[in-house]
Amino acid sequence: MIRVVLPVHLRTLARSGKEVRVEVTGPVTQRAVLDAVERDSPMLAGTIRDRRTGQRRPLVRFFACEEDLSNDPPDTPLPDRVAKGEEPFMVVGAMAGG
Amino acid sequence: MPPSGARQSNTVRVLVGTRKGAFILTSDGTRKDWTIDGPHFAGWEIYHLNGSPVEPDRLWASQTSGWFGQIMQRSDDGGKNWQAVGNDFTYTAPVGDHLWYDGTPRPWEFKRIWHIEPSRTDPDTVWAGAEDAALYKSTDGGQKWEELNALRQHPTGPGWQPGAGGMCLHTILLHPTDPERMYVAISAAGAFRTDDGGATWLPINAGLRSEGLPDEDAEVGHCVHRLAMHPSRPDTLFMQKHWDVLRTDDAGGRWREVSGNLPTDFGFPIAVHAHEPETIYVVPITSDSLHYVMDGKLRVYRSRTGGEEWEPLTVGLPQSHCYVNVLRDAMAVDTLDECGIYFGTSGGQVYGSADGGDTWTAIVRDLPAVLSVEVQVLP
Repeated sequence: MIRVVLPVHLRTLARSGKEVRVEVTGPVTQRAVLDAVERDSPMLAGTIRDRRTGQRRPLVRFFACEEDLSNDPPDTPLPDRVAKGEEPFMVVGAMAGG
Repeated sequence: MPPSGARQSNTVRVLVGTRKGAFILTSDGTRKDWTIDGPHFAGWEIYHLNGSPVEPDRLWASQTSGWFGQIMQRSDDGGKNWQAVGNDFTYTAPVGDHLWYDGTPRPWEFKRIWHIEPSRTDPDTVWAGAEDAALYKSTDGGQKWEELNALRQHPTGPGWQPGAGGMCLHTILLHPTDPERMYVAISAAGAFRTDDGGATWLPINAGLRSEGLPDEDAEVGHCVHRLAMHPSRPDTLFMQKHWDVLRTDDAGGRWREVSGNLPTDFGFPIAVHAHEPETIYVVPITSDSLHYVMDGKLRVYRSRTGGEEWEPLTVGLPQSHCYVNVLRDAMAVDTLDECGIYFGTSGGQVYGSADGGDTWTAIVRDLPAVLSVEVQVLP
């Protein structure tokens, strides 16, 4: 299972805890993980990625294993420790505004 | 809707959208003591909350965020519980371009829903007005949204430009008896009417004059801030434009200015009394560059003559050191015999009057900045 940490507003929306766990078949990539998150929590569709383009929303960031993966291509494999469930894939609301 | 008496057994429910969540204010028909419930959707911008006229416990909320985009919420129990419904607001192809602030073409891009207008007859049917300006309709309780794209694809559409607040479709007025007729307004394109359920649209801006336009009486391009209509006179509309208060008595065929003796005719909201179709309310602010009330005094202006002659309503409202604004969707009237008026401010106050505006009280003072106010009267 892949561990995904959601920002507080999306936890409220998804009625989840800080961390959700999703099943991914095949390569563990940003796209596969976020597809699985939206499959399990359809109300999150459009909140992390733009519905039309599928791209990361401008004020959302992706971190894992102390690295900023926000600008990685969506089909790049995520770090092994994320794929093994040892570290979470973190969806973060960017620091901007108040 | 026929007027109902102001009985204690009535429940009056004021739906408030703010910059940081939604609030539901509830009282009985006396409208003296209020219960404040919220915030719902804490931390999110709630551009609009509205209730179904046919199933009043069915509420809708437009929940938006610069970070996480647009969510639509629906409650079927008067706001106790909510569920996220569909949020796929796709522009029908071809998407096309409109004009950007600098005059260059720019593809239409969805940003948020400004206004929700539930059907007068079917609780599952609801319209939504978007930024960038578009009109959407759902007939399945909000699960799926379809663009009525003839509006955006009107031949003038490529020439529409955003106002300072964005190019938003902020007003949707449904004809009380003719399901084919509807009015909408867009900043800064103007007002439009359909007589065939949205298949075609007619710009209805004749008579508007806007000094900010090179052609002051252009067919489109006017920054209409709000329209209001009394259901007994659906051919009469009242308009608060960027500058100017106007009315039409022929369904938008021609507008005439009725600003009369207003101290300034810049403002955002306009509302019509529930039982007196010639009694209207505005909240003038200083100017286009000073978005707060004049002279530090919060004054609602009422005309009992359909415009031209206005009187300030001040009792119970701050008359010194007040520098708030009232946004376009932040004023509403109830349908009790003694018509109640409600408005919310950029300072987070929600004021109510249970006597048609003669006297006011603050229902609540320290909410986040208020974006929208609606009111329901329940049996």
